[in-house]
Amino acid sequence: MSEVKNILLCGVGGQGTILASKLLSYALVDAGYDVKMSEIHGMSQRGGSVTTQVRYGKEVYSPIIGKGSADILVSFEAMEALRYLDDLNPEGIAVVNRHEIPTATTLSGQENYPSDVTRRVQDAAKAHVLDAAGIAKDLGNSKCMNVVLLGALIKLMKLENLNWNAAFEVCMKPKLIDLNKKALLAGMAAV
Amino acid sequence: MKQLMTGNEAVARGAWEAGVRFASAYPGTPSTEILENIATYSDIISEWAPNEKVALEAAIGAAFAGGRSMAAMKHVGLNVATDPLFTCSYTGVNGGLMVVSADDPGMHSSQNEQDNRYYARSAKIAMLEPSNSQEAKDFVKYALEISERYDMPVLLRMTTRVCHSKSVVTLGPGREEVPIVPYEKKDKFNPIPAICKQLHTKVEKNLKLLETYSNVCPLNYIEWGAKKTGIIASGAAYQYAKEVFGENASYLKLGLTYPMPMDKIREFASRVEELIVVEELEPIMENAIRAAGIICTGKDKIPCEGELNPDILREVLLGQKQEMISYDASAVAKRPPVFCAGCPHRGFYYELGKLKNTTIVSDIGCYALGQKDIAICMGGGFSVAHGASKIFNQAGEGRRCIGIMGDSTFFHSGMTSMLEAVYNKSNVLLTVLDNRITGMTGHQENPGSGFTLSGEEANISDIAKIAEALGVKHIRTINPLNLAEVKEALAWGMGFDDPALIITRWPCALKKLSLADQAEFGNYKAVNKVDPDKCVGCKACVKTGCPALQYHADVKKVTIDRNQCLACDVCKQVCPKEAIDREVSR
Repeated sequence: MSEVKNILLCGVGGQGTILASKLLSYALVDAGYDVKMSEIHGMSQRGGSVTTQVRYGKEVYSPIIGKGSADILVSFEAMEALRYLDDLNPEGIAVVNRHEIPTATTLSGQENYPSDVTRRVQDAAKAHVLDAAGIAKDLGNSKCMNVVLLGALIKLMKLENLNWNAAFEVCMKPKLIDLNKKALLAGMAAV
Repeated sequence: MKQLMTGNEAVARGAWEAGVRFASAYPGTPSTEILENIATYSDIISEWAPNEKVALEAAIGAAFAGGRSMAAMKHVGLNVATDPLFTCSYTGVNGGLMVVSADDPGMHSSQNEQDNRYYARSAKIAMLEPSNSQEAKDFVKYALEISERYDMPVLLRMTTRVCHSKSVVTLGPGREEVPIVPYEKKDKFNPIPAICKQLHTKVEKNLKLLETYSNVCPLNYIEWGAKKTGIIASGAAYQYAKEVFGENASYLKLGLTYPMPMDKIREFASRVEELIVVEELEPIMENAIRAAGIICTGKDKIPCEGELNPDILREVLLGQKQEMISYDASAVAKRPPVFCAGCPHRGFYYELGKLKNTTIVSDIGCYALGQKDIAICMGGGFSVAHGASKIFNQAGEGRRCIGIMGDSTFFHSGMTSMLEAVYNKSNVLLTVLDNRITGMTGHQENPGSGFTLSGEEANISDIAKIAEALGVKHIRTINPLNLAEVKEALAWGMGFDDPALIITRWPCALKKLSLADQAEFGNYKAVNKVDPDKCVGCKACVKTGCPALQYHADVKKVTIDRNQCLACDVCKQVCPKEAIDREVSR
């Protein structure tokens, strides 16, 4: 069963983790993999922490990735990487977006947003830290940050040759496709 | 054709393929998307009902009239619908009837983790449990066929992981045209006691026949692997067991889990060395297997609390623990869900929080993120507050109860709750937070929103008029984002010895405004900014809990995230320095 790969995406509600996982799982199914994807709806939509789990291989049973079992952790928000780092396999790779989003408790001053999250992640695990928000902004639309991170993910998981164009066509409005193709390439180049 | 689908999408597809004609539901996580997806198939009459009981009753009527029908709900929703369910078990059906219960082990978005598999046993109806999306689709057809063949409603029991996980589904070729079964007036549809005695006999007989079928049903099958360990499992637990044991165990995978295939279980047990029943939540199958005199293990090791997962099974059954990265997670700040920027509840709760000597009783909805002392169930806000107030009044400490519910909850079960307070002479302050939509579950229409599930215009039920008809004498409708108005209304409402009602009326910040909304509320969305020269860093605005406001400790100033701000002006009203004002019109 070691052939099953585990991808964990984490972030904050509204960051586009769901679209990224949709593109990813579409391309994986298209390539003939068995795929299971799991996400939890509900309270997480109100600015809470969100995760999406994607598992793929010849045959996948559990839709849930166990602790210490993710081959790659892609964190759309800096501190969330630290929250879910125990899901990462000790041999796995973390991809961390430098982008920071304060929480209700840090906004109100009840506790501090940690100042050195990316360093903490890098100290504990093999990690690529990138400025996906900045890369997306340079491409002209900060909303494609999620696809920049997807680009980094597919490079590290060696999934570059899947049919990403088809995935974009199925999952996106036509006018956004060109921008997101560039975002995917930029993400691949960033790691 | 293969497609990646959630379990909920797959149930909808299955309903369409199986010729379902009528589907009804009340939204509730994790079941909501079943009806949302069914609504995309124009062959099926799909409806939001005011509550789960009504949804099931409508589906029963449709099934009696001869069409294949279904009702879907979350686990606690089935509590609301059990009255018609239990009697429908006796009456049986005409067209097939399926009831979907979406349970929430782990309570991702629920107030309890009750195991609704008990309901199949106590209502004496068949139960199917899919373990992935393919089964979720395919089992719908089995459920309806069993319903028609054995003359009973059938429970399709799902869980959060089955509902919300996506897996690959091979679609059927199309919709099976199942003709309407001609309706005939029959005694069984009108169960008076003399008839019910016969019906109960029929139920017991059909369950026996169904148990015989359960032993040969293709949904209950053995997968042989190593025979040292034999595992009996259903639903998500089966997938977890396969993940952990792979080829190192044999499996009796159960899809039709009530009545259980005891002959098959006995045969399986006799051919493996050790029998383990792997169940999420309650030891329901295990108890039945033990009662049949078959030796097995299960809940002596597997916890009956919380969501099951492969890690737990690996640890408790194999003594193995996955190695994890060790690091210090104590620096991670909490990220609780909060009211959105621009949420109309914020203004109401800001003023409510200032009242002293009150007990706030609310229930389930986005407003559950606000201040509350007590919450039990949907619609309980007024009636629980009523009971509490009767005792508080005797205690004589002047404590006042305030009941809170949303618009959709009011229509769900709040109307009887309100009637209780009026009829029994309460002094509870009643509040309905009407944000013009069912918010928490992701914007479903309701009897007050003006549209049906399929997007057709509908009657708008008027909460104030309903309250008036129920006998509430003092009613005010206010804008919850106007703090002075909220404060004044709360003081007004607390001044009566009989129930007063405050309706706060403003659309959910995330709602796509209808033409009626635009006409009523105007194009109010804009962006506010903080004048840094006027801001003194007192954090009065931050205390409103708006996620668009950020306090910068280094410069002792607040800024506003213009991507989130809708210019609801709650922060502007609490700023003592008039530092907050419009940036630009959107």
